[in-house]
Amino acid sequence: MRYTFLLYSNPADFANLTPEDWAKEKEVYGAYIGALNQAGVFVSTDWLQPVETATTLTMAGGKRQVQDGPFAATRETLGGYFVIDVPDLDAALAWAEKCPAAQYGKIEVRASAMDSM
Amino acid sequence: MSPGERAAHVARSSYGRLLAILASRSGDIATAEDALADAFRLALEHWPKNGVPDNPEAWLMTTAKNRRLDVMRRAARSPVTTVEELPDFIDDVEEPEDIPDRRLQLMFVCAHPAIDAGLHTALMLQVVLGFEAADIGRSFLVSPAALQQRLVRAKRKIKDTRIAFVIPARSDMPERLASVLESIYGAYALSWLRDATAQDMTGEALYLAKVIAGLMPQEPEVLGLCALLSFIHARQKARGGHQVYIPLHEQDPSQWDAKLIAGAEKLLVQAAQTQNLGRYQLEAAIQHAHMLRVRDGATNWRVILALSEGLCRMFPTAGAHAERIAAIAEVAGAEVALNELERFQTSLESVFQPVEALRAHLLAKLQRVDEARQSYSKAISVTVEPAVRQWLQRQADGL
Repeated sequence: MRYTFLLYSNPADFANLTPEDWAKEKEVYGAYIGALNQAGVFVSTDWLQPVETATTLTMAGGKRQVQDGPFAATRETLGGYFVIDVPDLDAALAWAEKCPAAQYGKIEVRASAMDSM
Repeated sequence: MSPGERAAHVARSSYGRLLAILASRSGDIATAEDALADAFRLALEHWPKNGVPDNPEAWLMTTAKNRRLDVMRRAARSPVTTVEELPDFIDDVEEPEDIPDRRLQLMFVCAHPAIDAGLHTALMLQVVLGFEAADIGRSFLVSPAALQQRLVRAKRKIKDTRIAFVIPARSDMPERLASVLESIYGAYALSWLRDATAQDMTGEALYLAKVIAGLMPQEPEVLGLCALLSFIHARQKARGGHQVYIPLHEQDPSQWDAKLIAGAEKLLVQAAQTQNLGRYQLEAAIQHAHMLRVRDGATNWRVILALSEGLCRMFPTAGAHAERIAAIAEVAGAEVALNELERFQTSLESVFQPVEALRAHLLAKLQRVDEARQSYSKAISVTVEPAVRQWLQRQADGL
């Protein structure tokens, strides 16, 4: 089963980072990706542009509506995702717990809907 | 020792002592850290040129205090002292015995209930041992930037809400001490990905445990924790590093650190004299019993069962139950143990890796091969440590 981790974090934690700081961030995430790869569960990941650049689209009401901005504005915003492929939710949660973002933000775990389609 | 090595040596043993003194009155850890970092930097500049002072701690202390004064003067736009005002080799500064050890107070501040429990360990590693957030983040796979922000906020809270640098009152002591010990234990347990590039913090956790055992020798649980970490750390070399996982019963006891074991045994005896048993003493005693059993067959499984039953009554974690059920398997057989395990498993909210791995082991012992195979793959799916996953896979392949 594929599971997607949606990584919510507070952008204030990452304001004013120097290139060296970013290198350290990448190193930690690189180690996590390495661990997922080694376990053979890694599918995909991405680091997202800041939420200010978000565009929200809806077709609700039968009409295409495009809006500048994110879907919901809270302190935490969506900053990235991981897709992993593991047998069940227990295994997905075991890995979500180890994601660096879990220590300071929130991770939304979503099972893939592809298999049920 | 070269001046550089001398500075590094002084740094480890003195950092927390000096920081505790610098920060205790104002409660301002961040400013004290900056001043102390300046003092260490100046030491590295001056000691190689002029020689290491007779009393390096006092030199660092005086320099840090001067630097902090500079910062305050600069803030007040008044004249600034210069580097020439660095202390001359120790006439007008405090003697080492004049520098009291307030690291204990500092540890109680770091593990204060008003500070997010998830930060206690990192805060202690930073302010008592002087580690940078980036190093802590790399060791525990936590975002360095986010950790840094949270540590800054915690230190600001300590200052702004005036969390006092004191030893807790007797009535608060059990709870407050428990959270200090928990965060030291946490430093040992946190490193899940045994990556060669990350700094191994287990030695630092043991160091913290030794410091607090030296400062509170009257507290049996403090001695118990120090004994526990010593027993575990003594096996580090025999455990196979980060590449492979060698469980205790497959280890070569001649690779264990005999000196560390002897020290831990002494601590346990010392703790037992208070006749006040606790979680860490019991966990240490269980580790000790396992090691004696493997090394010279001196302990039997009944002793381990009795100890783990005691631990379950006192501190009923899932790990303690796994320990108890493993001992039942040896004393009463795999069938009895499996029944007990499955009964216990229904009380768990989620899959607990050690319990599932034990279940697979028991099923294998009972020759229930298909179920064992299923159970192993379940256990493997929730195991994140690569070496442990490989070991479990080998067990499954051997069915």
